[in-house]
Parts: sequence; C-alpha cells; structure tokens
Amino acid sequence: MDSQTTPTGEPLLSVRNLSTTFSTETGLVQAVRNVSWELYPGEILGVVGESGSGKSVTMASIMGVVPKPAGKVSGDSVMFEGRDLLKLPPREMRKIRGREITMIFQDPMTAFNPVKTIGHQIAEAIRVHDRRVSRKAARARSIELLASVGVPSPEARYSQFPHEYSGGMRQRAMIAMAIANGPKLIIADEPTTALDVTIQAQVLDVLKLIQAETGAATILITHDLGLISEMSDRVLVMYAGKVVESSDVFSVFGNPQHPYTLGLLASLPRIDTRLDSLLSIPGQPPSLTSPPPGCAFHPRCELSRGRSECWTAEPPLVQIAGPTDHTTACHFFTEMDTEAGRVSAMLGVDVRSKAES
Amino acid sequence: MTDDLRPDEQATDHVDGGPVPGIPPDQSEWDDSLPIQSPWRIAWRRFKRHRLAFGGLIFVIILVAIAILAPILAPQDPNVVDVSASRNPPSADHLLGTDSAGRDVLSRLIFGSRVSLTVGVAAALSAAGLGTLLGLLAGVAGGWIDAIIMRVVDVFLSFPSLMLILLLVAVLGPSVVTIIVVIAFFEWPTACRIVRQMALSIKEQDFVLAARATGSSRWRIMRKHVAPGVLSPLTVVATLLSAGAILLEAALSFLGLGVKQPQASWGGMLEEAQSLTILKEMPWLWIPPGAIIALTVLAINFIGDGLRDALDPRQQM
Repeated sequence: MDSQTTPTGEPLLSVRNLSTTFSTETGLVQAVRNVSWELYPGEILGVVGESGSGKSVTMASIMGVVPKPAGKVSGDSVMFEGRDLLKLPPREMRKIRGREITMIFQDPMTAFNPVKTIGHQIAEAIRVHDRRVSRKAARARSIELLASVGVPSPEARYSQFPHEYSGGMRQRAMIAMAIANGPKLIIADEPTTALDVTIQAQVLDVLKLIQAETGAATILITHDLGLISEMSDRVLVMYAGKVVESSDVFSVFGNPQHPYTLGLLASLPRIDTRLDSLLSIPGQPPSLTSPPPGCAFHPRCELSRGRSECWTAEPPLVQIAGPTDHTTACHFFTEMDTEAGRVSAMLGVDVRSKAES
Repeated sequence: MTDDLRPDEQATDHVDGGPVPGIPPDQSEWDDSLPIQSPWRIAWRRFKRHRLAFGGLIFVIILVAIAILAPILAPQDPNVVDVSASRNPPSADHLLGTDSAGRDVLSRLIFGSRVSLTVGVAAALSAAGLGTLLGLLAGVAGGWIDAIIMRVVDVFLSFPSLMLILLLVAVLGPSVVTIIVVIAFFEWPTACRIVRQMALSIKEQDFVLAARATGSSRWRIMRKHVAPGVLSPLTVVATLLSAGAILLEAALSFLGLGVKQPQASWGGMLEEAQSLTILKEMPWLWIPPGAIIALTVLAINFIGDGLRDALDPRQQM
C-alpha cells in the first residue's frame, strides 16, 4: 500500500482477452469484452465501475460460476499459478474454488443458507475440500475462524442461524468462511454494500487485517471510490465490459487519464469544500447488447465532442510514459490534464486527490 | 489443534486460530442467553398457535395411541362371529352394536384404525419419497431429464387414478401392502411437482452460488441445500397426501377391494351400508366408521393447513 512502484515478479493471476456473453431474449449481452489484466501475489486490486460494467461477471468468469447455458465465457487464458482456469476440467476447477480462490459475497444474508447454522456452513466449506477432516475437527476450526474475525462468543455463535447474527457479524462470518481453506486469492464482491457506514468501517478493518495476516491477494469489487482509495494497491476502472484505465491507486486518483475516471472523481461529494451541486456524468450506461461503436464512453464524453475518431475507432489500452504502470483506453488522454483542470475550475476544487492512505 | 486437521501444510498456516491481533470484536448488542431459534422451533411455535391444527394433531395422536393399544382397548375380539347376535343395536354388551356377522362394531372400529393409519402414513411417505427423488432430479438436472419426468407426471395426473387403482388392486390381489404400493404409485406426481418447483427456486438463491463458489459439486449442493429446502413444503404435501390415502383406502374397501375380510377396516365396515335397509334402519353399522373416517381426514387436513402456515417464511410470527 505504501509502495508506488509497479509490482514485480510473476503474476498470481493473469487474465488474457477474456470475454463473457449472455444470450437473452433481447439479444447477445456482451457483459465482458476482451479484458486483460494481472494480479500479483499479496496485492489488493480494486475494481471500480458502475453497475453493469462487467466487474462481477469478470470474477464469475474467472471462478467458472457464470450461469449456463445462457452465459458463455471465451478468451485466450486465465492463468492462475500455471494453470489455465478456462481449460480446467470441472472436477479440477471445483478443487480450486473455495480452496485457492474464494469469494466474499455482497449480501451475507442471502449468501448463507437461512436454514443452516453459520458454524455448520463454515465447517461444510472446510469439509468440501478435505473429507479427512472429522466433523469435530471442522467444528473446532470453524470456531477458531469465527474468533479470528472478531465474532464474540464464537462457541455459542457456531450453532446460531444467519438471522440471529447482526449484519456486520454475518459479513465477518462470511470472511471467516472465505479464509477457511487458506486461499491464495480472495474475491470480495462489494463486501460492504449491504452494511451501514459504521459497520462498513469495522468490516473493512477486518478484511484488511485478515488480508495482511493471510497474505492472500485480494480483488475488491466496488463502486465506492473511497473504499478503493483506502484499501487497494492498484485499481482497474471498468466501463461497458472493458478495462478503460488501470494503475496504482495514487496515479488513478491523483492523475486520472480517462474521462470516465475523471467523471467518477468529479461526481464524489466532498468533505473539504462546500459544493453547490455535484457533477454527474451525463447520459446513461450504454446498452451491452449493442455497445456504442468506437469508444463505448464517447456518447457521454466531453473530450469526444465533434471528434469522429471517438466513434469510429476503438481506443486500445495503451501504456502511458512515466514511472508507474499506468494504462488508459482513450484516444486523447494527452488532453486529460487540461480537462481535469477545466472540471476542477468548474467545481471550484481540485478533483485530483493526492490520495491519503 | 490445527495440525491434525490438514495434513497438507499451507492451508492452516495463515490463520492459526484465536483473534487476529488488531481486529476489534463485533460490538452488536445481542443477548447470548437467548435460546437458539432454529427454523423448526419457530415453526412449532407458530403451529401451536393454530388452534384447529393443534386440535387435529391431538386427535391424530389419540388415534395413533388407540391403534397401538387396540388389543388392550377393544372390549371384544373383533373377528369373533356370533350369528345369533347379528345386527344387534347398541347395548351394554356391544356399545356400538354388532354387524351382520355378529361382530362387535366398536372393537372393529378400534382395530380398523390400524389399517387406515398404516395405509395413510405408509402410502403418503412412499409417494412423497418417490416424488421427492424424481422432483429433485428434474429440478436440479434440468434439460431433457426434467422434460421426461414432467411429461410422465402429466400423464399420471391426467388419468382417473381411482379407476386404475381399482384395476391394479384387482389384478394384484387386495392386501394392505398392495394398497399402499398402488396408492403411492399414483399419488407421487403431486409431490414431484412441488419438489421440482421448490428446487428450481432454491437453485437460483445466492447461497447456492456461494456453495458453488466454495467448490461444492452439483450433487452435494442438491443434498446439502436443495433437499433440506424442499422439506417444509414437502411436509405439508405429505400430510395432505396421507389424508387422501386414507380416503382412497376407505373407497377401495367400500368397493370390496380393500383388506381381506375378516380383518377390520373402516372402509370395509362401510361396505355393509351398501344395502338400503341397513342405511335406513341400522345407523350404528355405518355412522361410526363414516364419522371416524371424516374426522380423521379432517384432522389431518387441519394439520396440513397449520403446517402450511407455520412453515411459510412470509408469514408473520
């Protein structure tokens, strides 16, 4: 979190040209379009974007839990520790799911089976992967896990049902379940969306400390930019099923190189200044059945006004010269500094934050 | 402790139990002394509040007790024929009179409960079991398996089952076992449909996705999540099926295809009421078995109603 340098070494997870489509009655929904990115061991990768930008579907595709037969995953490869998850037989994939890659779900109320005790479900997560673990041992381990995430009186809580837990406690239990088998990668899909702000902070602390303790790489999906700036090392910005910008957290927040990222930053309420109104990104998220030609963001983009290039050519994700590994998919990213200045002047406050961590 | 859990290192290395330093405990106010509210306990509490259902349950429990204790409770041997005492009206010797063969009606009524309850419970359980198996298969597997099973269900439901049951019993020869098997064979589609429907909706729940993300296989999810989930509607269906089975058994016996004489059964006792004279002039021969059949079925249906309300998660406590 404190190093601004690009992570080095072998990536833990390397996604190459991943696409996911869903056939629906209204046509083929291109939920994820040709995305490529890496995740390095031990880092926290934040994935932001509005609803329907393909964040969750990307993760479901990696995990192999895209609903079939409507959903179809294609792409070159998803390499995880030398294995291509896209080509792994279901049997092998099941061994990875819940053991090496685990998920923390958005709403712990619905992600736990309401008619089974929390403890039973955590123990089940352990025993799914190792039948040699006795019921008694799994129980003991589950109680330890509950204790480790700060669930009070874990012995008694073990035998309680999800509805007897408070929201924050349920999410703690969810985290306990996610780390039960010592995963190498934890995917947290909007882990705090279902919680109120104070509980959010607590759960994030738990997540952060657990991450530090286990050293598992973490993907944090959210649409909360504050959360990203606080938690993650690197950021992926997704729009209409594509990655439009990626870099370390300081560069993205301090020096956004894509108009969409800038729009997101400008739309945040601020605690440091009094704003008359919040800027919003005009228009609405594009249809994924027929995404706009060229750059998917062009109908809503200030930079694209009157420029045919934006709707004829799709901008590639390019590396920006500089000390960090900063990429963007915009034809006119060189004008981003002026654009950021213009937006800041309009708001009366510099939207580019020098990210405090 | 953790060492003997997993022989392979890595897994437990990271979190070795106990609170991770720095993680504050959850501060939620919660009374730990509260009893655990298991779903079945909640349902039981709601069920008790349903007066008719609770009354029905007590009635059925008494009936079961009577059936079990029949040899002790029955004042006379139900099968002793005494032609000299044929069709006697109720008296001190025979509280509910005697039938055409001079057998004690009350004793036959008591022993008859055994047949009715056995058939009711066994047929309903077999029908529910078969229906659950096929319903789960259809719901979880989907595709052509689902299509085939559901078409079979449609075929079964479109036949007049009583006619076929009569035919089958006539061919196989009447006995308690035959009746149970045949009723189950024709009543499973109801359970199958409901189980399939439940399975389909459970399959879409987040916790099933979570279970998949945990690495559970499809069959494991079916066993651990879908099967327990269909249990509550299944309980209701099984209860109502047993009421239906009791009625069917009575109908079969009434038509002379029930248990073999001289074994007593409620439906068989009604067989005598096929004669107009008896119907008009000897009510003790048919009112008691008729009434007990009606009451039993009613009680079971009340229980079913109560269960439906108690197990409905949308219902207010």
